[in-house]
Amino acid sequence: MEKLKSSLPNMLLSLTIICMSAGAILAGVNKVTSEPIALSKAAALEKAIKEVTPEFDNNPIKDAYKAVTSDGDSLLIYPANKDGKQVGVAVDSNTKMGFGGEIKVIVGFDAEGTLINYSVLQHAETPGLGSKMQEWFRTDKNNQNILGKSLTNGNLTVSKDGGDVDAITASTITSRAFLNAINRAYSAYKGTDSRTGATDSTTGATVVDTEQKGGDNE
Amino acid sequence: MSKIKILTNGIIKENPIFVLLLGMCPTLGTTSSAINGLGMGLATTFVLVCSNMAISALKNLIPDQVRIPGYIVVIATFVTVVQMCMEAFVPALYASLGLFIPLIVVNCIVLGRAEAFAAKNGIISSSFDGLGMGLGFSFALTLLGTVRELLGTGKFFGFSIMPEEYGSLIFVLAPGAFIVLGFLIAIVNKLRKV
Repeated sequence: MEKLKSSLPNMLLSLTIICMSAGAILAGVNKVTSEPIALSKAAALEKAIKEVTPEFDNNPIKDAYKAVTSDGDSLLIYPANKDGKQVGVAVDSNTKMGFGGEIKVIVGFDAEGTLINYSVLQHAETPGLGSKMQEWFRTDKNNQNILGKSLTNGNLTVSKDGGDVDAITASTITSRAFLNAINRAYSAYKGTDSRTGATDSTTGATVVDTEQKGGDNE
Repeated sequence: MSKIKILTNGIIKENPIFVLLLGMCPTLGTTSSAINGLGMGLATTFVLVCSNMAISALKNLIPDQVRIPGYIVVIATFVTVVQMCMEAFVPALYASLGLFIPLIVVNCIVLGRAEAFAAKNGIISSSFDGLGMGLGFSFALTLLGTVRELLGTGKFFGFSIMPEEYGSLIFVLAPGAFIVLGFLIAIVNKLRKV
């Protein structure tokens, strides 16, 4: 077959056909892959929540709510309930202070505000340095381990900033960012705690109840 | 040129990394560990083979003056397919390579082979050229990743070989990539002349 000449109709037709078939192929692949992608994301989230919270019998993803942090941002909180009582939460926290941009980490607290566990969901830190955070802060060595620490006495900071957590060797920026994400998670969790205390669900329900009753009587 | 010659041409004689020095950005960026290098290499190989075949098949339908946009659309389509499939079926690899997968589109090896080989040769030859170039690229990336991982963290494909303290962090970072690449190019050039 002869090569097509570079005339305007030829060029238009050729590019149009190429783009249309490319679009069709991509639409097809998207249809096939969108479900596995969503499934694997949901599975990863569910696994992370299970890892960082005490045993629960509700569906934390369904019960998730948004909470405001002390710096005005809002984070998603997955409550873990057992027999109708909240035994802990998993907070989907993040920070933009990382060395390679955003770090997403899911942090679990029990009802007293003690850090149970964490799981790094997404990060772009330097491999071999900052990327160690997934293991570093749970390793029992010197003052590295932050699991089991309570945040009721204030934020966690690295020892370089006067805190009592050892930063990752040669990755102070990542360590600061990571602890920032943890602190943000706690402030979101605590913020909602006091708020739910103020607008307690039972009192709220009673108020509505009496009003309705009053309405009925009239 | 026989098919075997086309295949080995990409792996040894015109190795895209060690000889042509094409596609340096993903090379230096993704080779912090051997497995990442291998993953990136295989993803690029897939795109190279597919785009070479498609472009070779379409070469007479694409007028000369719009060939570059035509090729880029074809290549970008395959790259997006790879990205979606990777995210769906190997999420762990996607998590570590995700950032670099879209960059395959602008990897000059892919467009370079489309322009230099696929646009002038038949479908079978082009697919062999794509495979050869892709394997050469994968080989180079895996080698580079292995050396950097070993020197930087003391691991070989994730298995500890020597204590991590003996590793030198610089090899994991970007400067180490340049240093290792320079030495590897020197060694390969020496071996090629023998």
